[in-house]
Amino acid sequence: MIKSFIEAAGEQTILLMQTFYWTIQSLRNGKFSFKNLINQMSIIGVDSFMMVAISGFALGAVLVVQIGFQFANMGAQSYVGGVVALSMTREIAPLMTAIVVAGRIGSSMAAEIGTMKITEQIDALETMATNPVDYLVVPRFWACTFMLFLLTVVSNAFGMVGGSITAVYQVGLTFESFKDSILYLLKIQDLLGGLLKAVIFGGIISIIGCYKGFTTEGGAEGVGKSTTSAVVIAIMLIIAVNFFLTVGITNFTSAYLQ
Amino acid sequence: MIIVSNVHKRFGPKQVLKGVNLKIYDGESLVILGPSGCGKSVLLKHIIGLLKPDSGQVFIDGEDITTYNANQLDLLRMRMGMLFQSAALFDSLNVEDNIAFALKRHTKLSKLALHHLVSEKLEMVGLPGTNYLMPSELSGGMRKRVGLARAIAMEPEIILYDEPTTGLDPIMTSAIDELHLSLKEKLGVTSIVVTHDMKSAFRICDRVALHYGGQIVEIGTKEEILNSPNPMVQQFIKGESQGPMTLL
Repeated sequence: MIKSFIEAAGEQTILLMQTFYWTIQSLRNGKFSFKNLINQMSIIGVDSFMMVAISGFALGAVLVVQIGFQFANMGAQSYVGGVVALSMTREIAPLMTAIVVAGRIGSSMAAEIGTMKITEQIDALETMATNPVDYLVVPRFWACTFMLFLLTVVSNAFGMVGGSITAVYQVGLTFESFKDSILYLLKIQDLLGGLLKAVIFGGIISIIGCYKGFTTEGGAEGVGKSTTSAVVIAIMLIIAVNFFLTVGITNFTSAYLQ
Repeated sequence: MIIVSNVHKRFGPKQVLKGVNLKIYDGESLVILGPSGCGKSVLLKHIIGLLKPDSGQVFIDGEDITTYNANQLDLLRMRMGMLFQSAALFDSLNVEDNIAFALKRHTKLSKLALHHLVSEKLEMVGLPGTNYLMPSELSGGMRKRVGLARAIAMEPEIILYDEPTTGLDPIMTSAIDELHLSLKEKLGVTSIVVTHDMKSAFRICDRVALHYGGQIVEIGTKEEILNSPNPMVQQFIKGESQGPMTLL
């Protein structure tokens, strides 16, 4: 169990290194497929936009309901907007966006590549002098990291909209005080820290999804197992990595940026 | 010339190849016969470098390809084509993009030139006008023929066929055999064919090898094989369930 875990972690790290290597190689020899990249970006973005927007809106709204009345009771209603904005940008938006995309896109990457593996399409790529990492992983990796960045921006924006509507119509705050609170408490480093997390989560989702696809064995059952484990492992890893990133980013910002 | 020298390969507890030795001469059509699951496809994958042997070597034109790095293998594969058992067409690409895949990546042909080339290959395999169909819209036999068109798109010197006529009707089988023979005649292509189709095998072969138990148990011309005293050969030719060969 521990041995196979370490082996898998090692192989995933190698896949990540190969992805960087083939990115540089394909850019250098002019074979980088921007068409493939844009195709993957549209799949990830279009498929996930509504889910991310709705979950961001709902989470922003829920946060305001949860903390708005408590803060109002303590006379701290002027902090509601800022606290919601900090929670969304630093933690909730990148984490929820990553979880939504892991379920939606990580699983489809594992299923697509897994099906290609069991139907010999990966072998066919190699016989046509095409490296599977170059052709399959590179566009998915960069598309996923970039789209996670954009989708987290979307989640933040919809979270603020959802929060402000609830703040005005449920908690009784004014839109101005909610907005002023955000502008007062939210710093650019909070936004960038959350977006950095999103980029890293995007990398995790794509590498785990592709790795699970490449290691698929058997028939349809194997594809099913890979799909499920791609989602489970990606989400577990995202939650674990989020902890270390939060600690690291917090220490960094408090040491250098305040 | 291709030389397979004492190649062993194991997958988990199963020893699939147990010291395969084989020579394939330039321009020759070698047909490898053998019961299902005996490792014929695994042998083909060693010849194109998709699998590395646990021990043994594969020489192509005097060079041991088992020591090749990825770049050397890519250069070698530009000279080879392979038709897979399941055709292995890319589901997300249409017929034209499947056939033109390697050409797009490794040549600088214009779109129009690619289209003409693909159409020509489709004519050759009896599927004119199917350029823009998706693989999901093709029957099993059509997929196999598109796979063959893709394998010959780069006009390779060596073509590996993994059960090229399985799933085809007798007329199309005959057409594929004729295509095989014409490629050999016009371009001097070296072919290695794995098949169960005895009629097709004897029509296209220069030599036939019988693979069983992880080894080549007999090799020879059509006549030598048909007249072989080896009981395994006779059992396989006659299709008898009883004999020295057991079901795997």
